[in-house]
Amino acid sequence: MRMTTSDEDLAEAAATGDGAAFASLLDRHYDRLFAFCFRLTGARAEAEDLTQDICAALPAKLASYQKRAKVTTWLYRVAVNAAHDRRRKRATYAKATEGWGDWETNRTAANRDTHEQIDWLTAAMNQLTDDLRDTLALVLDDMTHAQAADILGVSEGTISWRISEAKKALRAIKEKEDVA
Amino acid sequence: MNDDLNDLKAMMDDATPRPDAARRAENLALAQKNFENLQGSRQTARPTPVTEAKGLWTGVKTMLNTFTSKAALTTTTALVACGFLFLTPQGQDLLSQNGGGDNLAGDLELATAEARRDRTLGNDDVTEQVAVVPPSIAGGLVDATEEVAPAPAAPIITEPQRNPAAVNPKPSEFSGKTANATPEAAQDDQVVSSLGAGELDIAVAEEEASQPPATGLAQTTSDRRNTTGLVQLHGNAAPQEAAPQSGAQVGAVISRVPDVIIQPAQPNTESFPTEAPNDLKITGEEPVSTFSIDVDTAAYSVVRSSLTRGQLPPPQAVRIEELINYFPYDYPAPDAGEPPFRPTISTFQTPWNADTQLVHIALQGAMPALDDRPPLNLVFLIDTSGSMDDPTKLPLLKQSFRLMLDQLRPEDEVAIVEYAGSAGQVLAPTPASERTTILQAIQSLGAGGSTNGQGGLQQAYAVAETMKEDGQINRVILATDGDFNVGLSNPDALKDFIADKRDSGTYLSVLGFGRGNLDDATMQALAQNGNGTAAYIDTLSEAQKVLVDQLTGALFPIAGDVKVQVEFNPAQIAEYRLIGYETRSLNREDFNNDKVDAGELGAGHAVTAIYEVTPTGSPAQLSDPLRYAPNTVAASSDELGYVKLRYKEPGEATSQLIETPIIGQSTPGTEANFAAAIAGFGQLLRDDSYLGDWGYDDAIALANANRGEDAFGYRTEAVQLMRLAQSLSR
Repeated sequence: MRMTTSDEDLAEAAATGDGAAFASLLDRHYDRLFAFCFRLTGARAEAEDLTQDICAALPAKLASYQKRAKVTTWLYRVAVNAAHDRRRKRATYAKATEGWGDWETNRTAANRDTHEQIDWLTAAMNQLTDDLRDTLALVLDDMTHAQAADILGVSEGTISWRISEAKKALRAIKEKEDVA
Repeated sequence: MNDDLNDLKAMMDDATPRPDAARRAENLALAQKNFENLQGSRQTARPTPVTEAKGLWTGVKTMLNTFTSKAALTTTTALVACGFLFLTPQGQDLLSQNGGGDNLAGDLELATAEARRDRTLGNDDVTEQVAVVPPSIAGGLVDATEEVAPAPAAPIITEPQRNPAAVNPKPSEFSGKTANATPEAAQDDQVVSSLGAGELDIAVAEEEASQPPATGLAQTTSDRRNTTGLVQLHGNAAPQEAAPQSGAQVGAVISRVPDVIIQPAQPNTESFPTEAPNDLKITGEEPVSTFSIDVDTAAYSVVRSSLTRGQLPPPQAVRIEELINYFPYDYPAPDAGEPPFRPTISTFQTPWNADTQLVHIALQGAMPALDDRPPLNLVFLIDTSGSMDDPTKLPLLKQSFRLMLDQLRPEDEVAIVEYAGSAGQVLAPTPASERTTILQAIQSLGAGGSTNGQGGLQQAYAVAETMKEDGQINRVILATDGDFNVGLSNPDALKDFIADKRDSGTYLSVLGFGRGNLDDATMQALAQNGNGTAAYIDTLSEAQKVLVDQLTGALFPIAGDVKVQVEFNPAQIAEYRLIGYETRSLNREDFNNDKVDAGELGAGHAVTAIYEVTPTGSPAQLSDPLRYAPNTVAASSDELGYVKLRYKEPGEATSQLIETPIIGQSTPGTEANFAAAIAGFGQLLRDDSYLGDWGYDDAIALANANRGEDAFGYRTEAVQLMRLAQSLSR
């Protein structure tokens, strides 16, 4: 609770070149942005890197901000797109290092056993497809289905369907683990 | 969301780590840096590349290569038009009417001559090339210059020299400036290529030789708040070279023209008066305190604008007397037949110090009958320079004036003068009954160009002179962001200029708009020396308060040159301190000198001044009594002190005196308590060294308990601002 100026006014001021407004805006939203990045990536280091990517690119994205949109909506859209870019890069990288990948998978599997408690959720989320994962991250962040639809650029029905799919998948994972 | 997801969410929330503080700071800094870079590249004008191949045939070849039939038609038409302009007498007439082109050409020739003479940063090629450009294109250059002006570092900006006395071109100073610009320019190949190699060496050498100016500039740019002193820093020497800001944006080639202007690179060149807070005075040494009243309200609006933007205001912007006098108070008004205002003096315990007392001096101005008020002649002097192109400036200004127009009567007259690079009358004196004409004139204003405040003021006073009639009130209303960058621009020089004008009997009101380059110091200087008031308009509700609710007070003076002199009794008071009024202090002997200017009191205005006094023998006394001091305490008296007030009836030259003693302690009323709370708030924002443990919580409690009737919610808003300041200062 730092000030009364609305996010939208700050963003507009920032878009017209007010450095102080931009600093205030980012400062306000940084923690939330980071938490969201963590949900998208599921690992602390990854989340830090993703947040850095977003911070670095945000000034250039400001031009795309339009006053009628809510700042959080716009910010989440930027975050989701950045996460997509990062995954794409990662996929290319993974292809290039496929042979080495098996060893790496074994190593991460061993790691996972050590902090199973915390990792169950992120691991489970990692097994979801990217779309389901993005949707779930948004909805878990107190977004309504309508807002999530706006951010991801799909219809509200799609969001509801994805959520139920995600729930199904998570339940399946859980059952499998309970059996094992 | 059902239970499944709720569990999931709870788990997720637990699992989410806090962001790493170091990474957070790093990322925020990175974002800010990218932001600055982006702003730079977006704002900086790109230098035009100077092509290597020159000569007639290159041009013709390029022309032939790129010809299409359409282009050919355009070109031949243009050629014929040029021929018409230069070769026929009619064309010459057209040109001389435009005027600008000729002036510029003259200046450019001058520039060439200069450049050849001292070769500091010759760049002869470019200058010559520009000098032979046909006047039609030169005219285009003038336009382009005006358009580019708000952007930082337009490559070359020339302006006909208007005030030779103000510019003092010394080669050494100039070379310092050049050197400062050159390293940055070196980042840009094109700029470098337009400099001769040898000249670059000279420039670099000079950079080493002229460290002091360079570092001075660097310091002023390091901190946003530091730039407040900028105008003072440059002083008389280079008022027009206002602020070469952060290096990356000064990418300009500066040719040696006697009156080069470098536009401010970033719009945060705010400047505020730099007077230090009043310090504690010892009654035995200095028993008399003299000041002029101040009915301005600008400081409060500036503080509010800062706080609502989420920043604490710069300490110099907090003028405590203006904070206190922003609010309407319910002081006893004078009866008919009495002097135009009535002093009320009370003494009560200081909220922030149990061992000292506050002496609260309140003046309430009379509210004369409004029905038979004299007709008003108003000249709106409106700043339409490039810096006014901002939603909180020109558009807000237009709306504000529309509000005000409804308050005028048919017999009042309005004229509008605008000024940017030069001044011009937009609307000849028009009766207020012709509302549509006036509204259209206001709507037609647009922003662009530099700011020739002095020219505008000259013209406005000239127009006011023509409107003058017996029994009418003349007033110039200046609306500006205070950013004067052509002609006189430092507060001292403007002071003398305005002091001449106020003798003509014309009053001045200064309305400030917008933040970023608000020159509060200049606006104060104008209002204080031009028999006027200064208000700062940050929202439409503030415009409503200043221009509608309090229009009468703002426009009708009831007493001029009101001065206050307080003499404290050393037998009762050991020490005293005047809270606020730093920019309004007068010398002791000025009190009786009617030639010395002071503040005006408008109809219905209330003015409050507060002293914190320490009684003799109080444990709060900060100074020890002198061991060898002569025992000067004469006959003991119960009076704490004696207040003398001087004022002039409007239009009179001799002043009248009101005297009244300060007597012992009394219980403070709501109004006095609220004023004390605001005084405390102001000190918290500015300098809290006298407040001890007293903090925002106490100020909020005191203000809340004494809100009184507060019909328009001004005091409630003040409490909100205190809360905001409290959160921000943690």
